[in-house]
Parts: sequence; C-alpha cells; structure tokens
Amino acid sequence: MAATATGIHHRTYVSELRLRATRSEYFRLGLLTVLLLVLPFVLDNYWLSQVNLILIAVIGAVGLNILVGYTGQISLGQGGFMAVGAYSSAIFADRIGLPTPLAIIGAVLLSAAVGTFFGLPGLRLKGLYLAIATLASQMIIEFVIRRWTWLTEGQGYLNVDRFEVFGFKVGARAVFEQQWYWILLILAALTVISARNLFRTGLGRSFMAVRDQDIAAEAIGVNVARVKLTAFAISSGFVGLAGALTAHYSEVVSWEKFTLDVSILYLAMIIVGGLGSIAGAVYGAIFMTLLPEVIRQVANAMSSSVPFLTDQLPAVRNATFGLVIILFLIIEPRGLDRIWQRMKEYIRFWPFRY
Amino acid sequence: MLTRSYKHSLRGGHLPAGEVLLEIEEATLRFGGVTALSEVSFSVTEGHIHAVIGPNGAGKSSLLNCISGLYHPQDGRIRLHTADEPRAAGEVGPRHEHELTKLPPHRIARLGVARSFQNIELFHAMSVLDNLMLGRHIHMRHGVLQSMLWFGPARRQEIAHRHLVEEVIDLLQLQAVRTKPVGSLAYGVQKRVELGRALCLQPSLLLLDEPMAGMNAEEKEDMARYILDVNELAKVSVVLIEHDMNVVMDISHRVSVLDFGVLIADGTPQEVMAEPAVIEAYLGAEGEDGGHV
Repeated sequence: MAATATGIHHRTYVSELRLRATRSEYFRLGLLTVLLLVLPFVLDNYWLSQVNLILIAVIGAVGLNILVGYTGQISLGQGGFMAVGAYSSAIFADRIGLPTPLAIIGAVLLSAAVGTFFGLPGLRLKGLYLAIATLASQMIIEFVIRRWTWLTEGQGYLNVDRFEVFGFKVGARAVFEQQWYWILLILAALTVISARNLFRTGLGRSFMAVRDQDIAAEAIGVNVARVKLTAFAISSGFVGLAGALTAHYSEVVSWEKFTLDVSILYLAMIIVGGLGSIAGAVYGAIFMTLLPEVIRQVANAMSSSVPFLTDQLPAVRNATFGLVIILFLIIEPRGLDRIWQRMKEYIRFWPFRY
Repeated sequence: MLTRSYKHSLRGGHLPAGEVLLEIEEATLRFGGVTALSEVSFSVTEGHIHAVIGPNGAGKSSLLNCISGLYHPQDGRIRLHTADEPRAAGEVGPRHEHELTKLPPHRIARLGVARSFQNIELFHAMSVLDNLMLGRHIHMRHGVLQSMLWFGPARRQEIAHRHLVEEVIDLLQLQAVRTKPVGSLAYGVQKRVELGRALCLQPSLLLLDEPMAGMNAEEKEDMARYILDVNELAKVSVVLIEHDMNVVMDISHRVSVLDFGVLIADGTPQEVMAEPAVIEAYLGAEGEDGGHV
C-alpha cells in the first residue's frame, strides 16, 4: 500500500497534472538545483570529469529505459546506437563541416532512423528473442564501424575538433571540464524533463500499454507496430545523443567505446536504477558510473593489507559489477528508485508500519 | 444513478436505432482440424443488447474475437454499418459499410468497436485513470515533440479528454479507486474498469465477453445495472456473452445461441427459451428433467 500525501486538494486538472504537489517535493527540487549549481565550483577537475561522464550516462540510460523499461522491448543494441550517434556527429561536424549543434541534431535523427530500422524485428519478436535480434544489430554495427575504412579514413579512430557552439569554443584544460559540465547538464536536464513529459501524455501511456498487455492495447485502437517503432526511434534518438556527446567530449571516437560491454553496462544501469522509471535511470547512471571509482578507491586504501585487490583490479571490478546486479535482482528487482520510494513511505507512515 | 449532468455522449455511432449495425454472414473459423465457428449468420440491431449464449466451447469468444479482429475467419463476412455525424438534427449522415474480417484490431477499434475480455486484460501496472485515459487513445493526437514539450497542445489535450474520463468514472462509480493501480483492485472492480475503458472509446458497438463471470449475486446485479445504464442512458449497442441465464433473459433484447460452433437459435429471449434445440444443448436430450433454463 503506497502512502499518499495528505492535505493536497487539487482544484484544477492543471494542478493535478503537475509533476510535483507537496511542499517537500518542491523543497527537494530546490535543493537539487542548488547542488547542481555549486557542484562545478567545489569539485576538482578529476571528479568533475566523472560527473560529466555521469551526465552522458544519464542521457543514454533514460533513452534505454524508454525502450526497455517503459515499452518492454529488451535491447542489447545500446552500444551500437551510441556508435551511430558518435561516428555520424563526428563526421558531420569535422568532415562535412556542419556547425556542431546541427551535427549533433543530425546524429540524433540518424540514430533514430537506424534504431527504427533495427527495431523492425520487434514487430514479430518478443522478450528473449528480441534481445537476440538486437544483439545482432549490435554485432552488425560494431562490425561496420570496425571494417568500414571510409569512416575513419583508414586510421582506425577519429579525432574530433574542440566543441564549438555559436562562436563559443570550449576552453583549455583548466576550464574544459567546467564548461562541459554546463553543456551536459543542460542537455541531461532537457532529456529528463522531456522523458517525464512523454510519460504523462497519451503517447507515453500507449508505450506502457504495449508493455503491459499488447492484445488489449490493440483492441483499444493502439497501433502496436507503430508504437514499438516510435519507441525504438525516440529511445535511439536519446542514445544517439549520448553517443554524439561522448564523441565531442572525449574528442576521439573509436570502436572500443561502443562494444557489447557498453550495452550490458547500460542495461545494468536501468536494472539497478529501476526499470520503467526516469528517476531510476538517473540513479542507475550515477551508481554504475561511480561504482568502478569507489572500487578503485577502496582497493587503493586496502592495498597494503590486501595487495590482491590492486593487482587484480579489473577482475575485482568485473566481479563486483556482477555481484551488484545479482544482488539487485534478488533483493530489489525494481531498483534504487523503489528503495527511495520505500524510504519516503517509511517516513510518511512513521510511527506506524503501514 | 446519475450523480451529475453529463456533457459528453458515450455513444460514438450515429446510426438510427433499429437499423442493422452488424451483419455476420456465414462466418467460418477453423483452427487446424477444429471448426470453432461454422457458417454462423445473424445480425445485431442498433440500440439493442444482443446476447450470445452457449455451452463451454461453443465458439462465443471466438465469434467476439472475429468481430474485433483478433481472429480472421477463413470464410464469410462480418460487416459493420456506420453513419457519419448528421448535419442537422433529425437527419442521418452518409452511411458507410466496413468489412471487418480484413482489418487489423486497431483499425476496427477506430471504427468504434470496443470490447472487454473474458480474462481481464487491463494494464496492471497503471492506475485506473491511466487505463481509462488509454481508452481515449484513438481520439487523441500523439505528436512526439508535442508530447515531450507537454506545455501547450499536449496538456490541453490531456485535460480535454480527462473531462469525459471523469464522466465514465462517475457513471461506473470508480471515484474511490481512481489513482490506484488496477493490479491491486478486487476482481469485480477490475471488471468494471475494463467496461469503463471500453466506454471511454465512445463506442458504436460494445462487445462484452462474460462481464459477470466469477461474480456473486450482488456484483452481478450491479454489473447488469451498469450495462443497462450504458444501453439505455448512453444508447450504446451491446453484444454480450454471458452464462447466467437469468441475467441474459432479463436484460437482452435478442439472443443468439451457439453450440459447437453452429448457430442453433436466434430471436427474442422468449422465442429462444422455447426452442427445443436450445433446451437440448443446455440440458441434454429431451425427456430429461426440465429444470430452470
């Protein structure tokens, strides 16, 4: 039984449809805003770069959650769709010479188109079978970016020029992370807000209808084929944006960044964070990006007593990743978002249990 | 029953009462060697509650699935008659005829054929409100960018359709459970939500597959009352599958009886009850104890 806030009486549908109703919800939003505004001034460059990676991961994870968590179409093609975004944006910007914002928009549109194409098997396949079909798309895209020499002009990787938008160019090392922080923060915030909006409209509801009961969805007039393809398009659009930002932020594109490992890492993010929840995708992105860092710090701290940890760091990291996913699947399959909800409920019900 | 005045008509059709709404002609449906429906023909009149009865396995649900496009019969035709909105009161708009056997389910829903399922097929993780709003799907526009922007057309649309949904909530007395996830509701309430979702389509034809299955006498009475409201107040034509003979005989205008995929009787409840073939199908061969049918 979920706790509902008391004392909230909506008089108009407009007020009821708002994402926040209680004063504490607005307070938390304010707190979060302040935190995000002071973050770049208190963190050093290294930690800020971690935050920037988190912001890119947020965009990718929200995109994947739209497809997997909300529409119920399991996808292992995340890495491939990110690669499409990264390569196309780099090529549009550097080789064709489009302004960077246009290059990124072009990359988003191209990723959406490629995602829609690889979503076609989803019209016939469900569940595990679709997962295998999207695995095929990952393999195909990976193969293409490795073997198609035209993409990298034979050098195997692509250098990307310093990010430039409307005459403003991201500065050198000292301010690089900070300026990127603002760019990524704005884009990540827009992603989260537009995804939240999507799922309070009819279009988002039809995604969830297809996930919950596709036959009933058809019987009430939802064109299931179209909904699935739209979900693939929107999802891979966001994922392509994450890929394009990866390219411009790291200023080098190579196929190693977009392997199957990436797809699985993103799936882990949304499982740990919470399937079918935008906030969950954000929590998962934070958690899975910081986890290797935490493992590294712990291993370093314990290097004198347990040298094995630092010697075998990659193995330890992989084992911990696996362990975390297994623990979440067993203990809280609905992820960090559900844990947060339960904490809020506990406080609301206190001193009663339910 | 009515707790407020209703602004919206829940009836989507514009065909005058008494005209033929649905024509089923020699519909035959086979699954491999099994013939689920064999040359079934009857028609449904606008404004009626038309019951389809028969023993288990008679092909009632298959017939409903054929009408709503989930199954496509191998032979025969199922035609839906519709009329456009009349330009002036008292007139009838241009009529149309749709062949349902060739259409996918979502296109049939767009023609105004709404249905409920025998085993509740609601969207379990979503709230009652979201389920009912999904019933409005065909009447809404779904632009990707508008949806993501929210402010403007998308929000206006949500609010506009919410008005009708609230009237359905009021009609079916679902106010108390509006924001609850349907998966957590009692069986009888879920059945009501499913009826509500179908009503939100503003149907011209409502197909109900055993809306009272598994209910106690009181819940059955309530559901029968809701169906009568829908038919008499909202003027929606209903095709109803039901096992409870008392209910069927009480509320339906016409009854069609199926047995092993064959139509064995079609007429008013009184006519059908007197039909020897019906008595035989339900109670076995003639001469046995003639209990209450």
